[in-house]
Amino acid sequence: MTQRTTEPILEINSVSMHFGGVKALNNVSLTVNRGDVVGIIGPNGSGKTTLINCITGFLKPTLGSIAFHGRDITGKKPHKVADMGINRTFQVMRPYFTMPAYKNLVIPLSSPRAKRIGGWRGGGRHGDRNTVAVDILEELGFERDSRVPYKLAGTLPTGYLKRLELGRCLAMRPELLICDEVFSGLSASEISSLVPLIEKLNAQGITMIMVEHRLVELFRVANRVMALSYGEKITEGQPQEVINHPKVREAYLGSEEDF
Amino acid sequence: MAETIKQRRRERIDRGVKVRSASIYALNSMEEISYLLAPRLLLTCGFLFMPLVLSPWPYWGRVGLSICILALLSISFDFLANYVGLVSLGGAFFYGVGGYISAILNTELGLPPALAIMAATILGAIVCTVALLPCLPLRGIYFAIVTLMYPLLMIRLIEAFDILGGTEGFRGIDGFSSFWTEQYGLILGLLAALFALRRFVNTDAGLVVRAVKDNDQSVRASGISVTGTKAKAVFLASLTGCFAGAYYIHMYSNVGISSFALDLSIMPIAATIIGGSGTLVGPVIGAAILVPLSELLRDFGSLRIVVYALVLTGFVVFRSEGLMNFLTRKYQQIERWVDIR
Repeated sequence: MTQRTTEPILEINSVSMHFGGVKALNNVSLTVNRGDVVGIIGPNGSGKTTLINCITGFLKPTLGSIAFHGRDITGKKPHKVADMGINRTFQVMRPYFTMPAYKNLVIPLSSPRAKRIGGWRGGGRHGDRNTVAVDILEELGFERDSRVPYKLAGTLPTGYLKRLELGRCLAMRPELLICDEVFSGLSASEISSLVPLIEKLNAQGITMIMVEHRLVELFRVANRVMALSYGEKITEGQPQEVINHPKVREAYLGSEEDF
Repeated sequence: MAETIKQRRRERIDRGVKVRSASIYALNSMEEISYLLAPRLLLTCGFLFMPLVLSPWPYWGRVGLSICILALLSISFDFLANYVGLVSLGGAFFYGVGGYISAILNTELGLPPALAIMAATILGAIVCTVALLPCLPLRGIYFAIVTLMYPLLMIRLIEAFDILGGTEGFRGIDGFSSFWTEQYGLILGLLAALFALRRFVNTDAGLVVRAVKDNDQSVRASGISVTGTKAKAVFLASLTGCFAGAYYIHMYSNVGISSFALDLSIMPIAATIIGGSGTLVGPVIGAAILVPLSELLRDFGSLRIVVYALVLTGFVVFRSEGLMNFLTRKYQQIERWVDIR
């Protein structure tokens, strides 16, 4: 696995997000170190996606602050946050439906960040973006010689769309990759092909936050897990500690006999 | 009974020549080269020969120019609506701003028409883009209704404060030196705008613009400013619109509040629908149908608008895809009926 460090990359300091009277997040703190794969679990409506929206700038937290590499990013615009290297997938997939799959990646490859950093595997800033895009898709399991990368994104099945979401993030060369439920809606075999991919990306030095409902698969890749319930942080720690925490069992796993 | 009913469906197959010329093999034979070139040449030559054909009838020459003016405004509308996702009713605003700036440059600063038009095109586009900046976060019907306010606001402002020549406008603006400069200046401008925009939407930068229409949240998540991208697109669209306005006032040597008339925002929509949305060429074809039709119907007096409306309704109901999309399909595909087994 990756060299896990204790160098904090993302610090979330007592963030609260209120929508009118609803407290979607209440005083949540979390530190993510470089090289970590942090899992965020919790029942539906516990504020997982809200937290991600706060980190990536899609929402401005009511209270609290978020720092990336020690720099305050609270309330920054989403494209500014993405430009700094925090890239996210969307839970409800948002491909560019009217474009071929590989063209979906040309958009992030045309972003200021991608131009600055250069293409995939040092492809150079003037490299042909279409080729780089197909390279990334191949890495994600789109068969290069098949017609799949050239099909309209709107015609692709869910499994490919999830990979496409990942691909759009990878094209940005992220430092911190936030995956919002990449495993949900996938078959067991599709997930088992995604897990090694996640491990590989982490080994390449990408720090990750993964919001998941699929705990078995999550615990294979995550080294730390935070549990949320009704916007409150219940506990944080090693996967096994979290899963055995009585409050987590009560809030989330109470009815599941598998665990 | 089920087996007695013969069911058929229409099958569409790409023509061989289309498939072959889609790739590098396009240069393999004259047939494929001409397959690709023919439609483009037809349009270009059509416009280039138009003044020669129309020169004996100056009135119809002016109608030809009106086609170009409407075509420019329609391209601008089509680009914003179908490539950027901004349904703009501000065509009249672009047009009026271009017209007024060119008039001021010509009458006050004494710039010759050609220079005044070029300067007004660029200055006007900057003015329009800055003016529209506050409404760029809006989308769909909201953007449409706000942009509709701009030309209306300009008319009221000019009337109320008696600025920019008030209701009189500017008169005595220099015209063009000859029939031919007038004709070809506009036609070349139209062809340049058309082919430049068509090229642009297929570049990577154009792809980003189209992505904003498809899914702006994803564009944001890719570290690209959506408002910035929209501003660039509005700049391109208003370049086209301002050029049309600036050119027109030099044709008729005066400018007034009619340059902000609502027709100039609405007619491009009709031309785009008839010609085919999202094709950029379609709106030009639409304009080439609508303007002469409107002229031919002048004899009908007030019934003119009835006939006009019927034609438009007919197109929307029976050919809602637009002429260009229809023709492209016929040109690229073979259609045949096959039995369903």
